[in-house]
Amino acid sequence: MKKLLIIITASFLLAMGWGCQKDSSFLNVQPNTFLTNDQVFSDPNLVLSVLADLYNRQVDFSGLDNGWASFTDFSESFPSENGSAYYVQRTGWAYDSWGLNWSDSYRYIRDLNLFIQRDSASSGLSVDDKKRFSAEGRFLRANFYFEITKRYGGVPLVLIPLEYDYSGKVDGLQLSRTRESEMYDFIINEAEAIKNDLPSDMTEKSRASKGAALAMECRAALYAGSIAKYGATTPAVSLPGGEVGIDASKANGYYTIALRAAGEIISGSAGSYKLYTATTGATPAQLSDNYANLFLDKNSPETIFFEDFKTGGKTHGFTINDQPYSFSDEGGDAGRLDPSLNLVESYEKLDNTYAPLATVDVSGNPIFYTGIQDIFDGRDARLAGTVLLPGGKFKGQTVDIWAGYRLADGTIISSDEAGHLKPIVAGGPDVQVVGADGPINGLELRTQTGFYIRKYLDPIVGSGRRGQGSTVAFIRYRFGEVLLNAAEASFETGDNATAATYLNMVRARAGLAIPLTAGDITFDRIVHERRIELSFEGHYFYDMKRWRLAHVRWDGVPTTLSDLKTNIGKATKHSTQPWGLWPYHEYAPGTPNAGKWMFKETLPALVTGSNRFLFGNYYTFIGDDIRAANPQIAKQPNQ
Amino acid sequence: MKNLFRYILIPVLVISFYSCKKDNYAEPGTFLTGSLMYKGDSVNVERNQVPFQIYQYGFGKVGAINSTFQQDGSYSQVLFDGDYKLIIPNGQGPFVYKQTSSGAPDSLAITLKGNQTVNLEVTPYYMVRNTQISGSGGNVTASFKAEQIITDPTMAKDIERVSLYINNTQFVSGGNNIALKDMDGSAITDPNNITLSVAVPASALTQAYLYARVGIKIVNVEDMIFSPLQKVQF
Repeated sequence: MKKLLIIITASFLLAMGWGCQKDSSFLNVQPNTFLTNDQVFSDPNLVLSVLADLYNRQVDFSGLDNGWASFTDFSESFPSENGSAYYVQRTGWAYDSWGLNWSDSYRYIRDLNLFIQRDSASSGLSVDDKKRFSAEGRFLRANFYFEITKRYGGVPLVLIPLEYDYSGKVDGLQLSRTRESEMYDFIINEAEAIKNDLPSDMTEKSRASKGAALAMECRAALYAGSIAKYGATTPAVSLPGGEVGIDASKANGYYTIALRAAGEIISGSAGSYKLYTATTGATPAQLSDNYANLFLDKNSPETIFFEDFKTGGKTHGFTINDQPYSFSDEGGDAGRLDPSLNLVESYEKLDNTYAPLATVDVSGNPIFYTGIQDIFDGRDARLAGTVLLPGGKFKGQTVDIWAGYRLADGTIISSDEAGHLKPIVAGGPDVQVVGADGPINGLELRTQTGFYIRKYLDPIVGSGRRGQGSTVAFIRYRFGEVLLNAAEASFETGDNATAATYLNMVRARAGLAIPLTAGDITFDRIVHERRIELSFEGHYFYDMKRWRLAHVRWDGVPTTLSDLKTNIGKATKHSTQPWGLWPYHEYAPGTPNAGKWMFKETLPALVTGSNRFLFGNYYTFIGDDIRAANPQIAKQPNQ
Repeated sequence: MKNLFRYILIPVLVISFYSCKKDNYAEPGTFLTGSLMYKGDSVNVERNQVPFQIYQYGFGKVGAINSTFQQDGSYSQVLFDGDYKLIIPNGQGPFVYKQTSSGAPDSLAITLKGNQTVNLEVTPYYMVRNTQISGSGGNVTASFKAEQIITDPTMAKDIERVSLYINNTQFVSGGNNIALKDMDGSAITDPNNITLSVAVPASALTQAYLYARVGIKIVNVEDMIFSPLQKVQF
């Protein structure tokens, strides 16, 4: 009993002792589940983690983490996935194609504005850190506005975090669209303002650097210049308020800016960027490998700014989706992105001329080739670097692409099952009659054009497994593009000799040893070179838009075989349906052609539509809900 | 087995009774029809390419009812009775549609009470007149007159090209054809008498007839204007 009393008294005393603590020290506990702005913006490591999220929310047109389908369409490739056949079965695009989620976009812009504001208000960061973080935030904001402008033209340019005051009035928040020219002016001016706050460090590729700011400025100025110049050919694509369309008189000014920004990068003032040239040699195969490796080597001196991926962090499924079927790491996941013959045949011959791949001679008889790759001999090395051709190698194995046997009388022996074994002649032995990788019409995940993609395809073991994924980086700005920008800007300002010099630098790397002269430089050349060098990098579509060629190239008229084989290298060539090139084994025992290869241009059977690009497609539709919420936003032209 | 059948039958019956409930609203049943007209002649365009928009106010929904004209310029829309406004958006069609002084397309107020036909008067840049299309010897030949309607120098536009399209279905245009023949506007010597001829692909000759139209592409105007559809016998 006595003992119990002692215990009770003692615990009372103890409990009362607790109560003696001051309220302030008891109630004011730092939460340990979130960080305040002051805490974050006083530690450079925490600011960097905020910034990492902002980097991650950048948007690309084609992107390795946007899915394989962001690389397809526009008749440059065929989507070999049954659920995606609509890409080649529709007859055009809806006005709201290529839109961004408006709310998400402005939420991202708001977060960027908040970041910039908080960074400038912070007192715990060193001056250098503050400057660099602010410049990075502004770079991301300008680059994102650039991405929006490419799709929508002028949009409300919001540069401070807008606040709603709960008054029931939103007039002050309903901003009207900025002129398209002012959007580009903003991007150019931002790049100029921040370039010296960013490091001139060419090893800094996943964060903004001086080179990245200049590359963005260069591209933006080039886009603005071409919209001003070529917009004059489509006066219907403009708005009276200038939200869409740039006055033609501004073209020269923009080209000059593009040239100046490119010049700063080329002169090495932002770091000694140069074209990626490995030292392995100059045979066509080595040049092709070199071009392919440019996209795989993360230390490439050509890369200025990229979106990086890392095992254990962020990886992507490009290799999973697009690896060759017959040796896919993941059964039933492969081969979706099949480059089209339209693209393949536009690669030049080594004498700088254009020619369709020779399938028939002048009298229309098939040409026979000893090796399956012989038909592609003597072409631009970027062809085999971009496209996995029949007989091409990946991860040490050879792709098995051929469509069947052709008998001497022209009959085709094939199968609708890849790698199928059956007799060629009645009573003969069972032999394989079609490649394990196709092409077979309608058989998804194998090629249906006769080609697989090679660019970005990751040769690392396991990159094709869903559990691992690929870590190949997506290059947003690279030195090769800067050279082409400089070439185009030089050409547009009348300096063909300089344009030729820049083009020749890029072309020499691709094995095109005969230099172009000033007299060779035409608008067609510029258009062609960008299509080839920058294929599948998200440029082709925007290029066609800014040159106002989109409605010419995708005119809705089906592409016939003779359309396909003529006018190669012409900017105004139409290309509305992706064709394929199917190799056949010649079965003619006892004749000289036995076992040789012949080729047929084939329009994949699933291709029933033809792309038609309308004037109303030049600038993406802004949703009715957006325009109803903000009547200040002008409707896009021709919609 | 019998039990299983019962278990299936009961839910099926229950579900089928649910669908006996009346819908909340009657479906729309009023037809608004009409055609693109120029002084009594219908204006032929490409199917599904020239849009019009119908607006109805007061239901809290934003945006238009979007639809397109048929290739003979007609349209048809099923709606509820009510007040509507109809426009053809700027820059659409091979014609000029009335505009307000601020440049917006002038809206046409329509009060629907029962089926109604509303023809839309437009001013095309050109009309295809006197079209004669005939087929013989594996060729289809067309002759026609391109009559310029808008001649005011501030608005008139040149012909970019004229085209003859043939198809084995009734839909005949740049996107739907088996063969076509283009002639550049600069190659036209006499707009009153333009002749085009196209060879019929061998694969199409299995059919005893074809459909053909000629169209005029006007500089900086997206949509083409066509002749009426013509069936060509062989």
